[in-house]
Amino acid sequence: MDFALTDEQQRLVETARKFTKEKIIPVAQRLDEHGTFPKEICEQAWEIGLMNAEIPQEYGGLGLSTLDHVLMAEEINYGCAGIGTTLLGNNLAAMPLILAGTEDQKKKFCGSLTEAPIFAAYACSEPDAGSDVAGMRTAVRKVGQEYVMTGQKRWITNARFASWYTVFGRIGDVRDRHKGITCFVVPRDLPGVSVGKKEDKLGQRASDTSDVLFEEVKLGKEHLVGEEGQGFKIAMKTFDRSRPWIAAGACGIMRRALDECRRYALERKAFGQAIAQFQAIQFMLAEMAMKYEATRLLMWKASWSIGQGKLDAIESSYAKAFGADSAMAVATDAVQIFGGYGYTKEYPVEKLMRDAKLLQIYEGTSQIQRMVIARNLLAQGQ
Amino acid sequence: MQIELTEEQRLLRDTCREFAEKELRPNAKRWDREHRFPAEAVGKAFELGLGGVAVPSEWGGAGMDTVAYALAIEEISRGCASVGVTLSVNNSLFCDPVFKYGNDQQKERWLKPFARGEKIGCFGLTEPQAGSDAAEQRTTAVRKGDRYLVNGTKNWITNGPVANAIVMFTMTDLSKGTKGITAFVVDTDTPGFVRQKTDEKLGICASPSCTIFFDNLEVPAWQRLGAEGDGFKIAMSTLDGGRIGIAAQAIGIGRAAFEEARDYAKLRKTFDVPIAQHQAIQFMLADMATELEAARLLTLRAAAMKDQGLRHTRESAMAKLYASEAANRVADKALQIHGGMGYSKEMDVERHFRDARITEIYEGTSEIQRLVISNALLK
Repeated sequence: MDFALTDEQQRLVETARKFTKEKIIPVAQRLDEHGTFPKEICEQAWEIGLMNAEIPQEYGGLGLSTLDHVLMAEEINYGCAGIGTTLLGNNLAAMPLILAGTEDQKKKFCGSLTEAPIFAAYACSEPDAGSDVAGMRTAVRKVGQEYVMTGQKRWITNARFASWYTVFGRIGDVRDRHKGITCFVVPRDLPGVSVGKKEDKLGQRASDTSDVLFEEVKLGKEHLVGEEGQGFKIAMKTFDRSRPWIAAGACGIMRRALDECRRYALERKAFGQAIAQFQAIQFMLAEMAMKYEATRLLMWKASWSIGQGKLDAIESSYAKAFGADSAMAVATDAVQIFGGYGYTKEYPVEKLMRDAKLLQIYEGTSQIQRMVIARNLLAQGQ
Repeated sequence: MQIELTEEQRLLRDTCREFAEKELRPNAKRWDREHRFPAEAVGKAFELGLGGVAVPSEWGGAGMDTVAYALAIEEISRGCASVGVTLSVNNSLFCDPVFKYGNDQQKERWLKPFARGEKIGCFGLTEPQAGSDAAEQRTTAVRKGDRYLVNGTKNWITNGPVANAIVMFTMTDLSKGTKGITAFVVDTDTPGFVRQKTDEKLGICASPSCTIFFDNLEVPAWQRLGAEGDGFKIAMSTLDGGRIGIAAQAIGIGRAAFEEARDYAKLRKTFDVPIAQHQAIQFMLADMATELEAARLLTLRAAAMKDQGLRHTRESAMAKLYASEAANRVADKALQIHGGMGYSKEMDVERHFRDARITEIYEGTSEIQRLVISNALLK
């Protein structure tokens, strides 16, 4: 058993940390305030290899392992979870293709992300199908050799800026639940594809979240990812791979909260001494550090398992649920340690609290993670 | 033991509920988004007698009691937490100390119009270096004949940008520590009273607060509240009452969040059934309702003790601590029940989540409440 990072991983972390310090932290507050998409920052991140981490090298990507990726993502999220989510968006869109796409699709679509700093989006959720993925209604009609897609996707990260979408739709009746769900890669410029309203969100406001609409969009075999009816499985496998990334968001937020609070607690005085001298504050800091450390270990373990090829959904869900819930608790305590200052926009902790809340919701709510965990646990008992 | 409201208390609660439903709830989201102080709605609330609920009618108040006041603040805050705190500050932090510590001349000028709601008051205790540690006052008041010359800074003064007068705390004798703190009541149009820009906050965005500078502010000696050195005692006893208002505000926010989550859970379907049928959601709702009920009982008990003239420092602190933490747990769960929808500014629950957070910070953080409670326990 060895928890040391390789020299290569160490360098990757340092690169990401430097980028975060120089490029992200100085602008994060402003992007959040105005809900500005971090296009330039993403272009710079792309330039130095901080985007598209898990796209294999044969398609021009970095071919990093999930562990490498989360190490890097933690650093980015330390600066801004909204930017972290934006960068993850491309990986999420590419993952179904990496897992189930044809050679041509990988070359064309995954390759496009590595040839230029463009965006892609993963489109699964719908207004009436969030936690309940199998309840989706986006309809795909087969017409001869073609498919015709009509439907509405909601809460789609990067939607407004994406050049292509990985979309899940349904061939057949909605009562068939997960059967019939099929994955497609859909170029933005196909007739009938449009972007709808943008969400005005509590946090992660630099990240774009919008509706995507499909109106009688004609697709061919070349757009089909995997086989007909395999979509649900592809979506779930994608989540197994992506949930450690969300734990990385949690780690970034928690480490930032801890650093900010430690500094503030040593400076701020009450009752004649630094508040760091009070046990109430000390215990909060200790809790924060434990939660960070435990999340990081769960995230490393889940990521390592993925690298070993013995992926177990339960481990990704452990890391995601524990990490998201911990980040929420830690960011809430961070506001508390800062007191009145923490409630104002002058200090970064109120943003950490707003940003953290999304971790408990997207890529499967904390409740869905518990369902996945419980289902796996109970299956093991049979 | 009897836990029942009087006819009068019920009537006020119902009136406030109706007012909040009609005038506040439909507009609160917009006021929050525009960071706008809803002067007109606050004016209407004042017309209902909410300027000084527990102030005797001969001094311009509604002549009711603290229990009625707590019920009113809960209802108002359920509609709009910002209006809730605007009223709470005027009642508890301004009218209350003027009524309790002011002389008739002071009451004539600073109680009647404020309890009637013709004017709005604020409370200046917090300073940049004196938040939880309120005894660390650096604002000085130096006696010059029949006047005091005041210099210093107060921050996060709720109602500060709109108030007509302030109950404020200063050091008249730095060598005496808390016994050197002295309170004054001062009109905000006095020369030397300088307001900074309105604070940008996480929540309660329709409740304006700001930093205030006293730049050689001259205060006639007759505007002193109580004697020199009484200030800390006045501040602490005022906060014993104020915490009842904040506890009630927290319950109002929590109840709004709870009710929205309950209604949403009955509508929203996953896995072919309304999510209200999933045990995970049912148990969240059960916990939310239980915690709000417990918080309300703690709050009404503290209010009843105040009305009986009993010392209620510990009870107010318990009510404020529990209600504020409960409100945050409830608002968090309510947002979670709404899922992605809850994270969007389209839904009111997103605002409740932000608004709830302040109740654990102002008028004594949760840590200060624990300090007050444990001091009382160990004495």
